[in-house]
Amino acid sequence: MPAAVAVSSVPDALGRFGRFGGRYVPETLSAALDQLEREYAKAQADPAFHAELDALLSAFVGRPTPLLFAKRLTEYAGGAQIYFKREDLSHTGAHKINNTLGQGLLAIRMGKRRIIAETGAGQHGVATATACARFGLECVVYMGAEDVRRQAPNVRNMRFMGAEVRPVESGSRTLRDAINEAMRDWMGSVETTHYIIGSVVGPHPFPRIVRDFQSVIGRETVEQCRRQLGRLPDTVVACVGGGSNAAGMFYPFVDHPEVRLVGVEAGGRSGKPGDHAASLSYGSPGILHGSLSYVLQDHDGQTADVHSVSAGLDYPGVGPEHAYWHDTGRVEYTSVTDGEALDAFDLVAQREGVLPALETSHALAWAANEAAKRPPSEILVVCLSGRGDKDAAEIARLRGLAADGSGVAR
Amino acid sequence: MTALTQNATPIAKLEAAFAAARTAGRKALAPFVTAGDPDLATTVAVLEAVDRAGATLCELGVPYSDPIADGPVIQASYTRALGAGITLDGVLSIAKQASAKVTMPILAMVSYSIIFRRGIDRFVADAKAAGLAGFVVPDLPLEESDELDAACRAAGLALVRLVTPTTPPERAEAIARKSTGFLYCVSVAGVTGARTDLPPGLLDRIAWLRTKTDVPIVVGFGISSPEQVRAVAAVADGVIVGSALVRLVAESAPEGQPAMLAKVERFVTDLAAAT
Ligand SMILES: Cc1ncc(COP(=O)(O)O)c(C=O)c1O
Repeated sequence: MPAAVAVSSVPDALGRFGRFGGRYVPETLSAALDQLEREYAKAQADPAFHAELDALLSAFVGRPTPLLFAKRLTEYAGGAQIYFKREDLSHTGAHKINNTLGQGLLAIRMGKRRIIAETGAGQHGVATATACARFGLECVVYMGAEDVRRQAPNVRNMRFMGAEVRPVESGSRTLRDAINEAMRDWMGSVETTHYIIGSVVGPHPFPRIVRDFQSVIGRETVEQCRRQLGRLPDTVVACVGGGSNAAGMFYPFVDHPEVRLVGVEAGGRSGKPGDHAASLSYGSPGILHGSLSYVLQDHDGQTADVHSVSAGLDYPGVGPEHAYWHDTGRVEYTSVTDGEALDAFDLVAQREGVLPALETSHALAWAANEAAKRPPSEILVVCLSGRGDKDAAEIARLRGLAADGSGVAR
Repeated sequence: MTALTQNATPIAKLEAAFAAARTAGRKALAPFVTAGDPDLATTVAVLEAVDRAGATLCELGVPYSDPIADGPVIQASYTRALGAGITLDGVLSIAKQASAKVTMPILAMVSYSIIFRRGIDRFVADAKAAGLAGFVVPDLPLEESDELDAACRAAGLALVRLVTPTTPPERAEAIARKSTGFLYCVSVAGVTGARTDLPPGLLDRIAWLRTKTDVPIVVGFGISSPEQVRAVAAVADGVIVGSALVRLVAESAPEGQPAMLAKVERFVTDLAAAT
């Protein structure tokens, strides 16, 4: 069993977060993962790499993203003060770009000019297409056919930026199948292609690299809380699909045990197998997509079918560092249903003038509910991981509304 | 095949199978069969046909939901088998039935996800009880394999390692040293699936590996025809044919079992003749 206390000095040389993580991949990919690990170590020690990435994060992404007091949502909840860390204001509308720019620069350093990626909600696909357009790299994005349908605006935007989008028809036609296809592409293209994985999942060193690139979210939040509020927050909450926005937000807080960290998974329609995508809430240790973590699986280790209204959370696994935080108790994990997330979307749209992504709406639902139970002296920060433009048409469809939104309840 | 005592270890039986092929002036032929496609009873019959046709050993593919090293043909066979409700216990039960009926050793091609889920020691014990000779674990690299390696050595089962065109030389040597039963030389960087041409450099790579290890070197991925088998068998100790056979089973299954088995037997006989 893992250590009783979570530490931030993970992973170890084999990519282990406690007992989780590692590298369970075909031998064909081993050399490329070793190369990536070496190049990342070199880049980390290279001031020029950091300078280039920081300049892009500032002028291209628009960082730092603001920390906003959600005044009317706080009034509505009637308890703790709610703040939004505005990743939705990042270029391309979500946190995903923090990672794709970093990995894009690594690909260039490795001399790889072809990029592949998987995407669920399409935000990682758009962020990858964006980085590739900016850097002049070839870009192929694998996306489950079901997600191509429900996240159509992002598919169009990827194509606008010159990316090739390949719909994946196998399996459940969602994020998990898109990762399978991207990995298969990589098996045959690994010498010339870099795979920009979109979350803190996959074989070592991906979970660590993605966490590090996303940690800019948490570092800024720590600093903004100190400057704007004079102290760290009491509670920090983020939604968890693969877990990258949450990992980036939580990581700089791990060594501040007084800050409560809460990850919100997709509770779907119900807690019945197949009805949700809450790997930490309902799953068990297993191996999926190259690492040991919590997986929704059957008796034999076959990956289970999952469901979420949100394409970006519709995944049967979760990053290994979350498994470690879960087992050490450093982070609490809970889940929110499709219906609660949709209600939170309406609430935040109408009380804050922010259209949140459906993924983010899961964190917002928990936050509004929790704030009501806490005193006004407490501070609760929500990682507002992305904006909801991509979801607007699907939400209208689910609600039986006209495409122009007429009939929305106020 | 040379006479073996009942209590020879599975790995000794595997070695004997290679030795018997050598004595007969042949190289080993290792067909791949998906367990449970189209159903378990048919798989037993296919294994018997493959054995009759002169296969040296056989790989039994354990269906897995997310096989990232597999191309469309094997993926689809896994999807069909899982859709028909196959379980690991079902696979082990046909391995047991088949190994009682055939002379060729049977190895499981199995994802580490499935091994891990059952628990390493229990999985190895169950596989041994089912008469399996060992494992090929396509998603378990050297760094993660110590536990399974120890359990296999203790049980006398083979843990076949893979080297690929992207494996650097020093690493290939380390892998070859660890491999038991034989060394699986993956012909191409890519997923499984029939290809028309042998990759350039393959024959040189095999010759180089030959200087690094004493275990038999068996080549797989992309090999589908007697001509390709002949070319590879000229330098390697054995050849694996996977997708081509899986496709033949799937495509001829609708013609009824006798017709399908006849086709399988003829195809494998032709392959064996090319070794
Ligand atoms: C806005 C937004 N938030 C969250 C997620 C979930 O991913 P992760 O858990 O890696 O942050 C996605 C994924 O597509 C997303 O687009």
